Amino acid sequence: MAATDVDIFSNEEKRNLNLGGHVGFDSLPDQLVSKSVTQGFCFNILCVGETGIGKSTLMNTLFNTMFENEEASHYQNGVYLRPRTYDLQESNVHLKLTIVDTVGFGDQINKEDSYKPIVDYIDTQFENYLQEELKIKRSLFNYHDTRIHICLYFIAPTGHSLKSLDLVTMKKLDSKVNIIPIIAKADTISKSELHKFKIKIMSELVSNGVQIYQFPTDDEAVTEINSSMNAHLPFAVVGSVEEVKVGNKTVRARQYPWGVVQVENESHCDFVKLREMLIRVNMEDLREQTHARHYELYRRCKLEEMGFKDTDPDSQPFSLQETYEAKRKEFLGDLQRKEEEMRQMFVNKVKETEAELKEKERELHEKFEQLKRMHQEEKRKVEEKRRDLEEEMNAFNRRKVAAETLSLSQPLKKDKDKKN
Amino acid sequence: MSISERSVTEAAGNIMGELSKNLEGYVGFANLPNQVYRKSVKRGFEFTLMVVGESGLGKSTLINSLFLTDLYSGEYPGPSHRIKKTVQVEQSKVLIKEGGVQLLLTIVDTPGFGDAVDNSNCWQPVIDHIDSKFEDYLNSESRVNRRQMPDSRVHCCLYFIAPSGHGLKPLDIEFMKRLHEKVNIIPLIAKADTLTPEECQEFKKQIMREIQEHKIKIYEFPETEDEEEMKLVKKIKERLPLAVVGSNTIIEVEGKRVRGRQYPWGVAEVENSEHCDFTILRNMLIRTHMQDLKDVTNNVHYENYRSRKLAAVTYNGVDNNKNKSLLTKPDTADDMSPLAQMEEEKREHVTKMKKMENEMEQVFEMKVKEKLQKLRDSEGELQRRHEQMKKNLEAQHKELEEKRRQFEEERNNWEAQQRMLEQQKLDTRTLEKNKKKKIF
Repeated sequence: MAATDVDIFSNEEKRNLNLGGHVGFDSLPDQLVSKSVTQGFCFNILCVGETGIGKSTLMNTLFNTMFENEEASHYQNGVYLRPRTYDLQESNVHLKLTIVDTVGFGDQINKEDSYKPIVDYIDTQFENYLQEELKIKRSLFNYHDTRIHICLYFIAPTGHSLKSLDLVTMKKLDSKVNIIPIIAKADTISKSELHKFKIKIMSELVSNGVQIYQFPTDDEAVTEINSSMNAHLPFAVVGSVEEVKVGNKTVRARQYPWGVVQVENESHCDFVKLREMLIRVNMEDLREQTHARHYELYRRCKLEEMGFKDTDPDSQPFSLQETYEAKRKEFLGDLQRKEEEMRQMFVNKVKETEAELKEKERELHEKFEQLKRMHQEEKRKVEEKRRDLEEEMNAFNRRKVAAETLSLSQPLKKDKDKKN
Repeated sequence: MSISERSVTEAAGNIMGELSKNLEGYVGFANLPNQVYRKSVKRGFEFTLMVVGESGLGKSTLINSLFLTDLYSGEYPGPSHRIKKTVQVEQSKVLIKEGGVQLLLTIVDTPGFGDAVDNSNCWQPVIDHIDSKFEDYLNSESRVNRRQMPDSRVHCCLYFIAPSGHGLKPLDIEFMKRLHEKVNIIPLIAKADTLTPEECQEFKKQIMREIQEHKIKIYEFPETEDEEEMKLVKKIKERLPLAVVGSNTIIEVEGKRVRGRQYPWGVAEVENSEHCDFTILRNMLIRTHMQDLKDVTNNVHYENYRSRKLAAVTYNGVDNNKNKSLLTKPDTADDMSPLAQMEEEKREHVTKMKKMENEMEQVFEMKVKEKLQKLRDSEGELQRRHEQMKKNLEAQHKELEEKRRQFEEERNNWEAQQRMLEQQKLDTRTLEKNKKKKIF
C-alpha cells in the first residue's frame, strides 16, 4: 500500500484490525443496557374492541394486576379514548405502561366514523413527539414517549369471519401502528371452529391488504420462536383474574359447569403465546418499529405537507439552514403581502368614499346653483314688474298732469263763452 | 437467550408516585434489558476519539496501547510523523471485534497542532471539524427521508499535556477554553514516566487549580446511585488529570509479559497502576464510560450546537424585518420549534393586522362622519340662505303688489273722477246747447 500520507487516512477506508488482548469494549452493550435501565422503559398499548369484549380483563391478566376500571356503558354517543398510565416494576426494571382503551367502540348505530378518534389519537401522539423533536431547546432523552407501540385488535368470537367494522378500522390503522389481532373470549369457540376461524380471518386480512405486525425473524436468537408464532396468529385468548383450584395448584381460570378453562394452559388458549410474544420477546422490537417505521412515515408526510423537501429542483441537497431560511423568507413575504393588501384595500376604500362624498358635494352645489338661478329669475321678474309699475305710474302721472293743465285752460273758455 | 430474572419486587411501587401497581405474578418485562442488549449487539457500536497534543508526546503509542492493536504503525504513521505546513485534522477508521461486539472506532488526530512557531488559531481547524460533524448529523437528522444515521460526531477528546511539571501552557488553556463546550475533554499528562510520584502529584494539583481558575469544563463523571460505582468515580476524580504512559513493546518482567518501557534503571509498566494511571484511563474510557461519553455528546454538546444553529436561523429574519413587520420577541422562542415559532408569529401577526384593520376602519368611519357632517352643515346653511332670499323676494313681491294695488286704486279713483268731470262737462255742454236752441 504505497500511498501518499493523505490517501492513507482517507475517510472512507475501514481497516479490520486484530486485538492483541482484552481491551474491554465488549462491555458496551452492558453499559447501554444499564443506562436504559436507569432511565426506565416506556410502553404504550392501545386496545381496540367492542364494549364488553374483555379488553380490561385481558390487560389485568397480562400484567398480573388489577388496573382501575369501571365497566363501560353501551350508550356512549361516540368513540373516545381513555389513556391510563401506570408505573410498574419487575426486579430492577421500571416500566411506565400506558393502556389506552377505546370506549364506546362498536356501540353506535352508525359506525362510519368510529375509527376517526382512534386515528386522531395516534396522530396526536406522533405530532407531540414531532413537535418536541423540532423544538429549538429540546430534551428528548427525558421525554415521556406516548406513541402507541402496539394495537391489540379484539375480534369478536363469532366463528365466521371479520366484521366490516373490523376490516375498515384495521385498514385505517395498519400504516400507523403495529397491529396484533386477537380473538377475544376464545372459550366460546371449539378447537375445530377456531382453526377454521383463524384461517378465515388471516385470509380476509391478506385479501384486504391489511398489514399486521410480523414478529421479526432476523435475529437468530429469536427467529425460530417468532416464525412459529407468526403461524398461530391471530391469538385466541381468554382472560381471567379469578383463581381456581385445579388439582393441587391454584391457577387463573374461568370456572364453568362443564369444566375449567385455564388461562395459562397452552392447549386451552393462546394467552401464554401472546404474553411471550408481546412482552418477553418482542417488546423492544415493537418500540423500535414504532419509532423507525410508523413515526418516520408520519413525520415524512407531515414535513412534505409543510413544504419541506430534501433536495431543491436541481437535486442538490438542502441544508437545514437553507430550508428554514427559505421557509422563513416565504413566510415573511406572505405576511408583508397580506399587510400590503390590507393597506391597499383601505386606500381604495378611502378613494371611493372620497369620490362619493365629492359627488354629493357637487350635487349639493348644483342644486343650490339652480335654486340661485331660479331666485335670480324671480328677482328679475319682480324688477320687471316694478319697472312696469313705475312706468304705469309715470304714465298715469303724465295723464294726470295733462288733465290738470287741460282743466286749467277750460274755465277760460267758459268765461269767454259767458262774456259773449 | 434464556429468560432470566424470576424474582418479584413488591411495594417498591409506592416510591415512584403516580399510579404504581404491584404485580402479583411474573409478567416478563424484566426481560426488556436483554432484548435491548441483543438489538444493540446486532446493530454494532461506533465511537469517535480525538487525540490532540504537540508532536512527540506519545499520542500514537497511547492509542495503540489502549486498544491493544497497531492502529498506528509503519504503514500508518502517527500524527507526529505526518506534520504538514498547517494544522490538519485527519481521521482513520478501524473495525474491531471482541466478544461478539463490533466497534467501529474512528480516531481523529491533528498533525501539526502546537508545533509551529506561531500557534495562534491552531485550534480553529479542530473546532471546524467538530462543528462540521455536528452539522452533518443535524442535516441528516432533519431530512424528510431519514435513514440510519451514521454518528460521526466526536465523542471524546484526549488532550495531551507536556510533562513540564510546572503548569499548563497558554496554548493548553486556550485550546481547552475554546473546546470545552463542544466536546468532552479528558486532559492527560503525557509521558508520565518522566515525573516522580511527588512531582506528578504537584503537577496534577497545579493543573486542576488552573483548570478551575479558567472555568474550564472537562468531562465530568456522572453521579450514580450505586455505592460501589460512586467509590470508583471518587477514586478517579482524585487522580485527575490522568498521567499516562504508553508502549508498543512487550517486555518480560518477573516471568510475565507486560507492555512497558525498558530503562537501564528498570521497567516502567504501562498497566501497573502504581507506575501510571493508564489502567484507570482504559477502564474509564472503554469499559465503563464509553456509552456515557456518547450520551453526553448527544444530549449536551450536540443539543447546544443545534439550538444555537436553529436560533440563528430564526433570528435572522427578525433582525432584518424589525422595522417593517410586527414580529415576536426572541425570548419566547426557545421552547418552540422554528416552525411552531412561525405559526406563533403568524397568529400574532393576524391579531395585529386585525387591530390595525379596526383602527384604520375607525379612523375611516370618523373621517367619513366628519365629512358628512360638514356636508350636512353646508347644506343646511345653503338652505337657510335660500329660505332667507325667498322670504326677501316674497316680501318684495308683496310690497310691489301693495304698491300696485294702491296705485291702481288711485288711478281708478282718478279715472272715475275724470269720467265724472267729463260727464259733467258733457252735461253742461248739452244743457248749454239745449239752452241756445231754446232761445231761438
